[in-house]
Amino acid sequence: MKTIFSTSRTSSAATAAQPGKNAMTEEIAPADTTSAPPRLDVSHLAKTYGMGDKARTVIEDLTFTVDAGEVVCIVGPSGVGKTTLLKCLAGLHPSSSGRAAIDGRTISGPPPEMALVFQDYNRSLMPWLTVRKNLMLPLRHLHLSAAELKERCDDALAAVGLSHAEHQYPWQLSGGMQQRVAIARALAYRPEILIMDEPFASVDAQTRFDLEDLCLKIRRDFNMTILVVTHDIDEAVYLADRVVVLGSKPARVLRIVDVDLPAPRDQITTRSLPEFARQRTDVLSLIKRPA
Amino acid sequence: MNRKLLLWLLGAGTPVLLLLLWWATSLQSTDTFFPPLKDILQSFQQLWLFAHFQSDVLVSLGNLLLGYAMASAVGVALGFVIALVLVARNVLEPLIHFLRSIPPVALVPIFISLVGFGTEMRVFSIALAALFPTLIATVDGIRSVDSGLKDVARVYRFTTVEKVTQVYLPSAAPQIFSGLQVSLQVAFVVMIASEMLGPSQGIGAMTLLAQQSFMISDMWAGILLLGVIGFAANIVFSLIRRRVLAWYIGSRRLARSS
Ligand SMILES: Nc1ncnc2c1ncn2[C@@H]1O[C@H](COP(=O)(O)OP(=O)(O)OP(=O)(O)O)[C@@H](O)[C@H]1O
Ligand SMILES: [Mg+2]
Repeated sequence: MKTIFSTSRTSSAATAAQPGKNAMTEEIAPADTTSAPPRLDVSHLAKTYGMGDKARTVIEDLTFTVDAGEVVCIVGPSGVGKTTLLKCLAGLHPSSSGRAAIDGRTISGPPPEMALVFQDYNRSLMPWLTVRKNLMLPLRHLHLSAAELKERCDDALAAVGLSHAEHQYPWQLSGGMQQRVAIARALAYRPEILIMDEPFASVDAQTRFDLEDLCLKIRRDFNMTILVVTHDIDEAVYLADRVVVLGSKPARVLRIVDVDLPAPRDQITTRSLPEFARQRTDVLSLIKRPA
Repeated sequence: MNRKLLLWLLGAGTPVLLLLLWWATSLQSTDTFFPPLKDILQSFQQLWLFAHFQSDVLVSLGNLLLGYAMASAVGVALGFVIALVLVARNVLEPLIHFLRSIPPVALVPIFISLVGFGTEMRVFSIALAALFPTLIATVDGIRSVDSGLKDVARVYRFTTVEKVTQVYLPSAAPQIFSGLQVSLQVAFVVMIASEMLGPSQGIGAMTLLAQQSFMISDMWAGILLLGVIGFAANIVFSLIRRRVLAWYIGSRRLARSS
């Protein structure tokens, strides 16, 4: 677990840009953030499942943005529609109205610069492939060299602490390990935008801390934009630059909380700051209080 | 003592024991319909291993393999198309369910009228009859691919070829193999049935001929050979399945034990 996600910034910036070309623009104009469109722009998004009398509006009107290199957490009660939102952002479901856009382009199918870590990890790994082959599968059509392929898989497996399990099958692993394989697969893909749906729900407390720090580290190293859904309010405050608090039903944004905690964050010192306690109380009271 | 070994010995030993028993009790037999096993084995050797090996045994097996291979390839490919292409499903599915409810052996006369009595008739009969189990199992298998895996394939932007070969095919493989196994049994039955009509060539034809001409030990030898072939085919099939579906068998075993 201590292994560092160890590719140097320079070699990886080029490869992180593999699926799309957008990392380039980011690097050229980092200062000009005010005029650039937000990386991820969700405006008045609505989602209704089904039609006619079976229609069910899960999301009514969601608006928020995520800037490049930002970590945003989404918290909200179970069943509010968080997974539904992420699936809309990943282009898996069409939205019913409003729009979601990446760099100003409306999302209409899975965007090339995005990877998604699914909530049901046990239904997202190929049971007929070993852990390592699961990681390699999405990389096939990127036409990487054998050396780069190996490096990416090695790094990603080491980062989630699963180097020893590379030749095992997912069904031979515990739930928490499967979840980490799913995270490693996304890391090896080196997306520019990483979206994770309750990614640390089944891992033990120590591993959870490590994975949270890994998340902050890849943001730093790769300038990745990260959107995380979580049930854990402490985790949201610890990870995020901003926390989007959702209320039900149907889902809407209760408030977007800016988290002003100093960087770099540290599991012990950051969590013991009075500021940390205040922020988490803010978020918690939003969720607890029926608005 | 190793329990597994004991069970295996019991499984392999019982048939051997039965054969020995048959051998011993039939040794003095004068009943025309139940000749001594000794005579049957003699006929077996003469008939199948020498006189008719090339002219009949190989011909039958060739028809079986060719027909079965055609059924498997077409069954899997067509199954994919029906499961994934909406138009194909609507057009073909009712037709397929109608055709498959006809007993396979009853299809043989249709082929005789279409292509006559030759080898083609036999191969096509085998292929058509063996098609349906594989086809239907493939359609079921493809339709029940987990939506979670399909989402993964979409998010990571798999190409169509990757979706088919890396997601759908392996995912449906357990069901496809069940279909292939039934198809194999059907192919075997139709192989014999198809030889009961037309020119007398093949194991089934020879066995029937022997029975009609009261060469009872030849008839028994034919039945024995059919048994051996069927048994061997099943073993080969199981070995392949166990290899290809090792992940599935392993995960099922684990799920059962926990
Ligand atoms: N494909 C679907 N068709 C119809 N309804 C759906 C579908 N997917 C989800 N829903 C409904 O939408 C609502 C929101 O589900 P969703 O999975 O997005 O919630 P969630 O916020 O992710 O919950 P959790 O925190 O428990 O994961 C639920 O009531 C669910 O029943
Ligand atoms: Mg969810």
